[in-house]
Amino acid sequence: MSDKDTASINRNRAVDGALKLYIVLGYAFVFAPIAASFVFSFNSDRFPSIPLGQFSLEWYQAVASDPLVWQGLRNTLFVGVTVGVLATALGFGAAYTDYRYRFFGKQVYLALALLPPTIPVIILGLAMLAYLSRINLSGNALSVIITHVVICAPFAMAIIRLRLSQMDPDLEAAAWNLGASEWAAMRHVIVPFAMPAILGALFITMAVSFDEFAIAWFVSGLNETLPVKVLGFLQGQVSPRINAIGTFVFVTSMTLVILAQLLLTGRGEKNRPAADE
Amino acid sequence: MRKTLSLYGLTFSLPLLIWQLLFFVFPLVFLVALSFWTVKNFRMQVDFDSVNWVTMYGRSVFWKAYGTTFALAAAASVLVSALAFPCSYAISFKLSETARRWAVFLMVIPFFTSYLVRVYSWQIFLSDAGIINVMLGWIGLGPYALLNTVGATMIGYLTLTFPLVVLLQLFSLVFIDRTLIEAAHNLRCGRLRTVFAVIIPSARVGLVIAALFAFILSFGDFVSPIYLGGGDPTTLSILITDTTKSGQQWPRAAVIALTMIGTLLVVAFAAVRFAYKGRTK
Repeated sequence: MSDKDTASINRNRAVDGALKLYIVLGYAFVFAPIAASFVFSFNSDRFPSIPLGQFSLEWYQAVASDPLVWQGLRNTLFVGVTVGVLATALGFGAAYTDYRYRFFGKQVYLALALLPPTIPVIILGLAMLAYLSRINLSGNALSVIITHVVICAPFAMAIIRLRLSQMDPDLEAAAWNLGASEWAAMRHVIVPFAMPAILGALFITMAVSFDEFAIAWFVSGLNETLPVKVLGFLQGQVSPRINAIGTFVFVTSMTLVILAQLLLTGRGEKNRPAADE
Repeated sequence: MRKTLSLYGLTFSLPLLIWQLLFFVFPLVFLVALSFWTVKNFRMQVDFDSVNWVTMYGRSVFWKAYGTTFALAAAASVLVSALAFPCSYAISFKLSETARRWAVFLMVIPFFTSYLVRVYSWQIFLSDAGIINVMLGWIGLGPYALLNTVGATMIGYLTLTFPLVVLLQLFSLVFIDRTLIEAAHNLRCGRLRTVFAVIIPSARVGLVIAALFAFILSFGDFVSPIYLGGGDPTTLSILITDTTKSGQQWPRAAVIALTMIGTLLVVAFAAVRFAYKGRTK
């Protein structure tokens, strides 16, 4: 409907043009820092500005030869993958609970499942640091994993819940009527249907964990993740390396997000007709 | 729909519940207890003493930081809402279906780039010999001190919140009944008046929620005030990182954190009430 309607509603070309220009400006603001970081990661100057210096890979070399960066990368990957798996599993459970069950206190359950990302990370970081050091869990990769799962699970739940809401509720009941146990129906009906969203949630939560630095900074102790390392560089002014790491993390995250996107839309559309019937 | 929870059901619902209780609710509750502990000889002791509350609330530094943080976050949320609205308005009403999908996809990208890296990148733009000053130099202006100013902090807040606010506004604008707008046009309602009398009221919930998220994010952010604002004026988030990271004064940091949570709860409650005011739902 939209194309025809918009054409009939809006007549003034000058205003339309100005608004479209404004969109471009908005995106320019959003992408300027991202693009600059990419460009200056290949620039030789110690204090980046224009005009550009020479093309150089020295910041990548500096980063690649820093054992602490590798350490950070290993920590980040380990944390990210573990967080992705755990958060997706927990999020799937919660999404399925919300999809199928009605029970007393469900509002509270959903609030618990969805609220964590709205608490400022700095407060969560402080609370986790104090709490985890009290139960002797702070200062290691495990403490980062625990906290990241808290903030990532809600994203996984939201993504999977959205997919489940596209499913005909009768499908599961039909499986039961045909003699499948609840577990079998889960394994052969629900999980396959939700699979694109499950994988999507896995990649998105990994990407969120890759970028999170504030909580990790508070609780990680000596086991710094890569973003915490970046925070260190930012404090220490050994700066253009940040661009090299940033570009690397950006490419990694975007690969994950695009994979998630392909899974969520591409395969989702293939499956949808079957569900709509 | 079955109503009783079986072993099967619990297998799926309990893990998240237990996790969030253990690692989300308990830490926040623990924060309350922590705020009553005392620190003696750089060691924390279990205690029930209001000394931290009295000390923090008796300090003018704290209240100044509180005022600064609140004002900055409020300004950021108003500014970002005003700047984002024409953008989300244009995306939802002036773009084709395909272009709109691309616009949404592009707006999601910043969420997966490091906020730290983007803030550092703004330093490249804003520093004394940075991109903006060089460009201003070409036309014979400047150089101006752009970095370590409140304006730079604001740019950082915008970097953090703009994409989210545009997306949230978009979701409410896209679902506006188009016939309402056509009706307004047919009744000879002018372009701007349609925006203020029809579109903004219809999208109020989304617009307010978007502004609320901008407020929450800016209120708790410590990266922009430190690395773009130069740490001056001090915000509550800077106060927390300083108190936690350099001193052993965790109980005092807990007082600041709890005050922030309290403030956010009140603001969120007021915002949600305002958003749904007069709605029969």
